[in-house]
Formats: sequence, structure tokens, C-alpha cells
Amino acid sequence: MTPHPAPEAGPFLGKLSLDALPLHEPILVVTFAIVVIGGLGVLAAITKYRLWGWLWRDWFTTVDHKRIGIMYMILGLIMFLRGFADAIMMRLQQVWAFNGSEGYLNAHHYDQVFTAHGVIMIFFVAMPFITGLMNYMVPLQIGARDVSFPFLNNFSFWMTTAGAVLCMISLFIGEFAQTGWLAYPPLSGIAYSPNVGVDYYIWSLQIAGVGTTLSGINLIVTILKLRAPGMGLMKMPVFTWTSLCSNILIVASFPILTATLVLLSLDRYIGTNFFTNDLGGSPMMYVNLIWIWGHPEVYILILPLFGVFSEVTSTFSGKKLFGYTSMVYATVVITILSYIVWLHHFFTMGSGASVNSFFGITTMVISIPTGAKLFNWLFTMYRGRIRFELPMMWTIAFMLTFVVGGMTGVLLAVPPADFVLHNSLFLIAHFHNVIIGGVLFGLFAAINYWWPKAFGFKLDVFWGKISFWCWVVGFWLAFMPLYILGLMGVTRRMRVFDDPSLQIWFAIAAFGALVIAAGIGAMLVQFAVSIWKRKELVDESGDPWNGRTLEWATSSPPPDYNFAFTPVIHDLDAWYDMKKRGHQRPVGGFRDIHMPSNTGAGIILAGFSLVMGFALVWHIWWLAAVSFAATVFGAIYHTFNYKRDFHIPAATVVEVEDARTRQLAAGA
Amino acid sequence: MSATTITTADEPVQFYDLDEHAHPEGHSTMLGFWIYLMSDCLIFAILFACFGVLGGNYAAGPAPKDLFDLNLIALNTAMLLFSSITYGFAVLQMQQGNVRGTQIWLAVTGLFGLGFLGIELYEFHHLIEIGATPQRSAFLSSFFTLVGTHGLHVTFGVIWLVTLMVQLGKHGLIAANKRRVMCLSMFWHFLDVIWIGVFTIVYLMGVLR
Amino acid sequence: MSADPHHHAADGHHEIEMPHASMRDYVIGFVLSVILTAIPFWLVMERPFSNGATAAIIMIFAAVQIVVHMVFFLHMTPKAEDGWSLTSLVFTVIVVVIMLAGSLWVMHHLNTNMMPQVHDTSQLP
Repeated sequence: MTPHPAPEAGPFLGKLSLDALPLHEPILVVTFAIVVIGGLGVLAAITKYRLWGWLWRDWFTTVDHKRIGIMYMILGLIMFLRGFADAIMMRLQQVWAFNGSEGYLNAHHYDQVFTAHGVIMIFFVAMPFITGLMNYMVPLQIGARDVSFPFLNNFSFWMTTAGAVLCMISLFIGEFAQTGWLAYPPLSGIAYSPNVGVDYYIWSLQIAGVGTTLSGINLIVTILKLRAPGMGLMKMPVFTWTSLCSNILIVASFPILTATLVLLSLDRYIGTNFFTNDLGGSPMMYVNLIWIWGHPEVYILILPLFGVFSEVTSTFSGKKLFGYTSMVYATVVITILSYIVWLHHFFTMGSGASVNSFFGITTMVISIPTGAKLFNWLFTMYRGRIRFELPMMWTIAFMLTFVVGGMTGVLLAVPPADFVLHNSLFLIAHFHNVIIGGVLFGLFAAINYWWPKAFGFKLDVFWGKISFWCWVVGFWLAFMPLYILGLMGVTRRMRVFDDPSLQIWFAIAAFGALVIAAGIGAMLVQFAVSIWKRKELVDESGDPWNGRTLEWATSSPPPDYNFAFTPVIHDLDAWYDMKKRGHQRPVGGFRDIHMPSNTGAGIILAGFSLVMGFALVWHIWWLAAVSFAATVFGAIYHTFNYKRDFHIPAATVVEVEDARTRQLAAGA
Repeated sequence: MSATTITTADEPVQFYDLDEHAHPEGHSTMLGFWIYLMSDCLIFAILFACFGVLGGNYAAGPAPKDLFDLNLIALNTAMLLFSSITYGFAVLQMQQGNVRGTQIWLAVTGLFGLGFLGIELYEFHHLIEIGATPQRSAFLSSFFTLVGTHGLHVTFGVIWLVTLMVQLGKHGLIAANKRRVMCLSMFWHFLDVIWIGVFTIVYLMGVLR
Repeated sequence: MSADPHHHAADGHHEIEMPHASMRDYVIGFVLSVILTAIPFWLVMERPFSNGATAAIIMIFAAVQIVVHMVFFLHMTPKAEDGWSLTSLVFTVIVVVIMLAGSLWVMHHLNTNMMPQVHDTSQLP
């Protein structure tokens, strides 16, 4: 396909011109109209109800880990709807384009859809969701009042959001990358992608990547330094352990993505030869580097959810987790091994038998600690008093679904098998199997589990069950056909098909996607109904599930300061230990509590970064320079602010705690 | 007023820290900054990996022995090493509570840093003039990027250094500023550590190839 | 029920621990660094040994000098930050070594196997 000619760049607007608006694509025009109308509606409502002040003070400038956690979840949810829309579009195209039909999407559009689907789901859905969960829960689980670096936390959130916004802008101004979610060169180089799509890709990820890396540092230091007295590492909840390991992976892998994308952008912007086909460049080096990041990334996504499953299984089996020590060791082993398997993503690139054998073996080995975890969960359930609340249902669905995906992964780990199946729909089925079965089902379990803590009322069970069954049935319908198609040799990312016998499988898959859509719809209804019925679903106790870890020791939602007095830890499952041994909640003697202050610096600096990203995409050099300078000077200016904290007066603490005392007394 | 259980004759079990001493201000800062430096190490690791893999791809263009003036690099290395010890003197002044002394040695460090940058810019300018541009070959792309990224870090370090001198002038050696001096210290020495890698692997090994 | 009137949050009273620097450390570190820099430069400029041996020696000197910087300039000890400084450094070094060695190995094999030439695949690495 011949690349589109690059537009001429002017001094004031760079490459930007009215041609950048995709007025010839009716789908985009309609989408844009809906977004504008919806967006204006939201802005109007906020203005009408005079909520701007509240939004700015209580949410946008907050440094409270709980609110930042909720904002991450909202970001993830919004982007999930976009990413899923891309999925439906793909399923529709692939079931349609048989028997001479071209479907309804041309190649230019379709290639952007599958690229955006992957980029959005990984970077702007899964990562924000897990970051949101860890942000909310980790400080509570370790008995802390906030993370180590509250301002950085706020800044990280806004940088992630800025990356997402830049990616969304590409829908309406210009185009997105058409290279697949990892943008391999030479296709992603300037010669074959001369337009702005790959630049949008690069800068969205770079901006979001800064946020993610800083958030990783933040959570590591929080876990290492801010644990309550008595909470040694081997008394931490498993979710905290998996969060620690996931954040270690973040800090030790995102810099690789950052550096590699910098090299790609140098090739695109100033003509260096890292990944070009000539003058000594090696596109294969890009593949090597990007997967050194890419493999740890998938463990970043799944480890926190393994932690969730541990918490949920033990809580809803009414038993302490089986094999805590081996769980911790398994998590650490997975963390380390994730660095020596990366080549399994490109067995077919041609490194040869000795290299492929090494990485094939290490890949098979890494499935073992995961298996150990699964057995631990099963042994926890054995002889437990299992309550099939929604979190537990999602956990069991995970066990059944993820295991299949894991097994197909081990199958792919065998290089000769991979030579047949690489980049086929079998691969697509495998990773969706583990990501949906593991990450997404885990997120749904976590959301149902921790929603009462965050909002003070439970989620509606009826709609939750509808969502659950639609997802489980829909997932299997949508992805089992892809395993079959992959085994028959169908390649990924295909837009049009010649062989009519394949269409039935795509039809089943498309139907499955619609069932999933119903599941998503049911979940949104679940949220709406629960909010509507929140008085009926209220949780006064703060501990609706008879939980075992410290977050359940607080009210629902917790006060700003989390704990009036820091708990002292004696055993694993600290809250369960406290309940069992008859702890008495202090009702007096409260003191002033030292807290970090809100700040607008995070959203402002992220805003400058967003402008800089946009300017770099469109080669508007003067704007890029100005916004870069603004970011740097803004950051320096912020460092001149030494007054970043305040005290919650003891009198306020008294009021809040007294209200809690009354709430507990009323419930008892 | 402490929470107790009255189950056995043992001493009461405390579940709440009623006499808590909150963590001292900034007690996470140095570990946080150290971990950030570890992540920065990984960025350099990728640039070194690229140099390792692509550094022999001269594309029929100039090779290290055609381009590198080891005397100049030795001078540059000396600049950075001196700047390391002068930063050390700044820290010693800080430990003695001497604001002026700290600022002076920070300034000297900054001058050595600027000297380093000046020499490096001169070297880059010369290379580009003779046609050994970053676009000429993969070797030169990786050379300029690795050495240039280090130089960019030094530049940010100098900007930070000046900022810190101003902040010391405004607020003196308060706890927050001491933490900043120690963080910049870690940053500055870390840059010298990376430079050890650079002069060894890029320049010395390059000339040996 | 009541606020404790005699206590305000007792934070910021005590300083955080900082590594203690001494003139002795800096001078020793500096002198060692100068020696460990000068010798490699001299070896490469004068070439008394073979290229292979020189390469090995200068890499070792570099590694030693990095340790010198860590100990004398960065005050690295197993006690720093409750051991977390050293642990994170060791972890980072391990990951860096894996990435460097792994990339070199993978790419070398790739280049050898993918070079356009007629070859007997059973003889390839």
C-alpha cells in the first residue's frame, strides 16, 4: 500500500491544516458529533449545578490516594468503552468481509482500529485500572495515611490522562498509527508512516509512561517505608505483595519502553538510523527491545489481580490463605523470571535453535509458580465455608478461564508449535484468554469487592449476575472460534477473507462480542441501579464481607486520614487478628493529623505536556518549545513551594470519629 | 487510654499506636530518588545495548578511530571527576551548616559541569562539521544518542544546581533543602558512574575495535 | 469523645538519617578514581598489550571504579535505607546484565542466521 504523502509543514501551524479533519469518514463525523453533544451536555450540567469549584478542589487538585484511585478507575472505564467499540468494529468487519465484499472499513481505517484497540486496552484501560486499585487499597492495607509522594501521585494521574486525551484527539484531528499496538519499524518509521499517526502513538505513550513510572516509584517506596508498626514484609497482605512486585516491574521495565520510543522518534524526527533498513539500522533490534519491556508489562497487569484473587478467596471461604509463604515466593519468582522469557514473542524472527530453546524452556518454567498459586487458592477453598458473592463468582470464572489461556500459552512456548501459530488468531485467542480471564475478571472481582469500601454501599447483585453470565458466556463464544481459526492458519489483523468456510467461526465470534456488549451494558446498569438504590444497599459497618485485612478496619468510605491512630500489627490478616482478639477501637485521645495539601501543579504541568505532545505530533516547533519551557519552568516554580502540608485539627478528628462510633453502635 | 484485651494474664496487647510519632518529614525522599535513579540506569542500559548491537555498523562511514580524540575525552573525564569531588566538598559544608560554603562549592561544581558540556558540544560540533552526523550510520546514531543523553542529564543537573543555590539563598539549610542537596548529590555522582561506562565502552573500546 | 490537648502531631521533630560524608572518603575516592581512569586511558593510547587483553582490563577497571564511586561518593552500604538501596541496586544490575547480555546474544544469533547466504541450517548456531 503506498503511504500517503506527508503534508507540507508551515511555520505557524506545522503540518496542521483543515485536511487533518477526517470529514470524509462518516463514522468519525458521527462519533465526533456525539462526543461534542455529549461533552457539551456534561459541561453544561457541571456549570448549571455549580460543580466546578467542587471538582477543582475535591478532585482535580486532590492528593488523597483514595480520590486519585477513583479517578483512575473512571479513566479506565471511559477508555474501556472506546476500546470495546473498536473491538465491535473489528468483529463486524471480519464477519462481513467475505465472498468478495470489502466490509465497511477501508484499510486505512481498519488498521487504525486494531492499533487503537490494543494501545487503549493495555495503556489506557488495564494500566489505569490496576493503578487505581493499588492506589486506593495499598495505603489502607498497610495502615498508612497516604502514599509516600502524594503530589507525584496526582501528577502521575494527570500525565496518564493527558496521554489518553492525546490518543483520543487523534480520532478527530489527523489519524492514529496503523502499525499494530507495538508499532514495529520499518512500518512505523518515517518512510512508511510519514503521517502523524505514529507520532500520536509515540507521544501518548511517552506522556502516560512518565506518569506510570513515577507512580511505580511512589508505590514501591510507600510499601517499603510506610507500613504500620509490626507489619514486617511477611505480614503484609498478599495484594500488597503483588502490588510491590508489579510496581518493581513497572520501574524496571517502563524506562525500556521510554528509551525505545525515543529511539524510534529520533529516527522519525531527525533521520537517525536505529531501526531503518539502511545505513546500519536494525528493525529487529526494536522488536527485541520492545519485548524486553512487553513481557514484564503483561506480568505488571496480572500480578495485582492475583493478589485480589488471594484476598477474595480467603475472605469468601472464611479461611486464611493457604500457603502464604509460597504465594509470596511464587510472586517474587514470577517477577524475576519475567525478565528472561521475552524472546518467545518473536521465535520466528530467526535467532535460531539455541536461543529459541533457551527462551522456550524459561517460558515453560514461568508457568510453574502461577500453577502453585492456583493450587494455593484451591486449597484455601477446600473445606472452607464458601460464599458465592459476586467477587467469588468472578474469581471462580477466572480460575476456569485463565487456566485454559495459560495452557495455550505453554503450547505457544514450544518454538516449533509457535512457528505454526505465531501471529495467527490462536495467539490472539491466547492473550485475550489470559487478559480477559485474568486481568478483566480480576478487575470485576475487585470492583465488586471493594466498591462498598470506596462508596459506602454495595453493588446490586442482580445486575451483577447478569453482567457476569453475559461476560463468561460471551467471552467463550467470542474467543473459542479464534483458537480454531488460528489452528486452521488464519493470520491476525486481516481485513478481508477469501475462504467462505471460515465465516461461520467469525459469525460465532461476533455474536459472542455482542453478548459481551450486553455484559458491559449490564455492568453499567449495575452501577446506575446501585447508586440509585444506595440507601438500601448501604454498608454501615465498614466490613460488609467479614474481611481480613486492614482496609476493612475503617469506615466506608474511610475518613480523609484513613486511621485516627495507626494500627499496630501482630499477625498476618491483621484485621481478622484484631477482631478475633477483641480489639477496642479508641474513642478518645485524638490528636491533630498531619496531611499533605492539595495542589493544582499536577494538572497544570500535565496540561503543558499535553500541548507539547500535540505540538510535536504536528511539527509545530514554536509551540513545542514554548510548552516544553513552560513545563520545565512550571516544575521549577513548584519546587519553590515549601508549604505543602497542613494539619487536620484534633477537633475535626473527634467529630469524624464520634460519628463513626455512633454509626457502629447503631449497626451493632 | 490504650486499647487492651483482657483475655489472659499476659501484658495487654496493643492494637493502636496511641502515642504515634509520625514519620519525619521527607523520610521517603532519598529512597524514592534512589529508585528513580535505578530507573534512569535502565534507560542508559538500553542506549548501551543499542550501542553494543549497532555500534559496529559504520555503513562505510567513519569509525571510532577516525573520530575520537582521546586527549579531549581524558580532559572531559577529568572535568566530571573534579566536579564529583567538589560536590563532595559542598556536602561537607552542608554538614557543617555553612550555607555560603555550600553554595560556593555548588557553583564550582556547576562550572566544571559547564566545562564538561562545553567540551562535549565542541566535540559534537566538530564531528558534524566533518560529516560524521547522527544520520550517517547506526554507529553514529547510537553514539550521539548515548553520549548526548548523558550530556542532557548533566544539563538538567546544572539547571537543578542553580535552582538549589537560589533556594539555599532564600531558605538556608532547612531540612527540605538538605534533602535536595543529597538528592542532587546522588544524581551528580550517578552521572559520573554512567560516564565511566561511556568513556570505557564508547571511547576506549571504540578505539580498540 | 475528647481531643488530647497536650499533643500535637509529633512529626518533623527528628531529622531523617542521611549518609554521613567525610573528607577522607571523598579524597580516597577521588585518588582511586584518578588512578582507575588514567591507567585505562594510558593502556589504550600506548597499547602495550593486545587489543583483547586491553579490552578485558579496561572493563574490569571500569567495574572497579564504579564500585569506588558507589562506596566513597554515594556512601553505599548494606545499611543504607534499611538495606533497600543495596537491594535495589543489585536488582537493577542483574536486570541490566540480562538486558545487555541477552540483547547481544539474541541479536548476534539473529544477524548470523539471517544474513543472506546459502547455508546448511543444521550447522547454524
